[in-house]
Amino acid sequence: MSYLSEQLADGQFVVTAEIAPPKGTNLAPAFDEAKKFVGVTAVNVTDNQGANMRLSSLALAARLQQSGTETILQLTCRDRNRMALQSDLLGAASFGIENLLLLSGDHSKFGDQPDARPVFDLDSVQLLDMTAGLMAGVDMVGKPLNGVPRFFPGAAANPVAEPFELMFQKVAKKVESGARFFQTQAVFERRAMERFVNAMLPLGVPVIAGVLLIRSGKMARFLNHNIPGVKVPDDLVERLDKASDPMAEGIAIARETVAWAKDVCQGVHLMTLGHEDKIPEILA
Amino acid sequence: MINSELKPLEDLHRALSDFSRLFLVGCAACATACKAGGEEEVFKLQEWLMEQGKDVTGSVIIDEACHIMRAARDLRHHKNAVHEADALVVLACGSGVQAISSNVEKRVVGGLNSMFLGNVRRFGHFEEMCSLCGDCILNETAGICPVTTCAKGLLNGPCGGMEDGHCEVDPEIDCAWRLIYERLQTQQRQGVFARRVPPKNWSRRRKPGRYRLKDGES
Repeated sequence: MSYLSEQLADGQFVVTAEIAPPKGTNLAPAFDEAKKFVGVTAVNVTDNQGANMRLSSLALAARLQQSGTETILQLTCRDRNRMALQSDLLGAASFGIENLLLLSGDHSKFGDQPDARPVFDLDSVQLLDMTAGLMAGVDMVGKPLNGVPRFFPGAAANPVAEPFELMFQKVAKKVESGARFFQTQAVFERRAMERFVNAMLPLGVPVIAGVLLIRSGKMARFLNHNIPGVKVPDDLVERLDKASDPMAEGIAIARETVAWAKDVCQGVHLMTLGHEDKIPEILA
Repeated sequence: MINSELKPLEDLHRALSDFSRLFLVGCAACATACKAGGEEEVFKLQEWLMEQGKDVTGSVIIDEACHIMRAARDLRHHKNAVHEADALVVLACGSGVQAISSNVEKRVVGGLNSMFLGNVRRFGHFEEMCSLCGDCILNETAGICPVTTCAKGLLNGPCGGMEDGHCEVDPEIDCAWRLIYERLQTQQRQGVFARRVPPKNWSRRRKPGRYRLKDGES
């Protein structure tokens, strides 16, 4: 059993963080970063995040897992067909990786290799279904597995997406397909998160709120224009713009989010984008 | 129809650098309708080629350039002009180009890039709505194809990039899943939302496609 699954089952408030594999083979900086994850239950390892080509998430997750850091392997449908996804999941299990975040993936258009052919042979619901099948000992065509993987599959949601009911239809399908926890896109407004968590209550699956460390008003505007599904409210952009120390203000905003998240949901997922040393301050 | 567009002239210039005498082929069907390979465009190409110092030995607009036998017949009617040419330039989709190239020994240069199966919104405006996947889900999706009009071809609802009902890939475009959702609501039915749609059967789209009418149908 992963720590993440145990702590969520216990009703504890969990903290997850994330790490991006390097562009290249030098893993030393990633191992250094991993040491800074203080008070963190598990670390997401991103999969060609934002459609930018990096070392494989499976390789880094395996190395971190072997060195004692619990990981959440992110796996997207953008770069692999169903056979590659099944293979990679079995491979992940062989390295002792249990926690998964199963995603559709950002479109290739957003990344550094926009000419690539996006795959999307499966969508995130079908990927969850397939994972449930592997856990039950069969592959996608029903053939038995010699050695059955144990996973704790999670999924993503964007609580502020509109129309809400349409977004939530898919969330409900993900639960039917075996999602055991949700990590959300970065959220900034308590009310939006409460609405989502209330809708989730009957489904009984824990929600971990995405908390993004925004270092400046400029970064906030960039996110609003370029990152699908992220919407930093105007009043926060203004706070960051007016602050004499925007980084300190960003940390304060993240800390406030963590504080209300403790009342609203079952954890926070910290996206610190290279500023992992700020995690203790955000959690303080 | 099959939407196609003229290749960049510099590409065409390079592709034709070894040839001085050319026979031109257009198509009276799709390439005419999307103004890429009809009478007018073949004439314009002829003018341009002559400006480049090339000779044009003749031209033909084939009724449907993708019809292999008809292409053969029309080329036979222009046997001499074809014979005099070093190469043929074809303003038709990739199917048309191959109907020509399978009928002549000479080099065939395609002048267009084929893009997609396009619906006509209004004159000169084309939109891809069907990607010929061989496994149609339209009856469950209120007549809106997510395989084609969702940028990721998702089958179980919108991705996390949907913003205010628009697509992450092009915010000018409505999210296909929002359109499906709204039309199903108008029709007061659940449609595709009533079930988890299983992975698509891509074996139905195995290439190259082959189809023959059964005996008695043809």
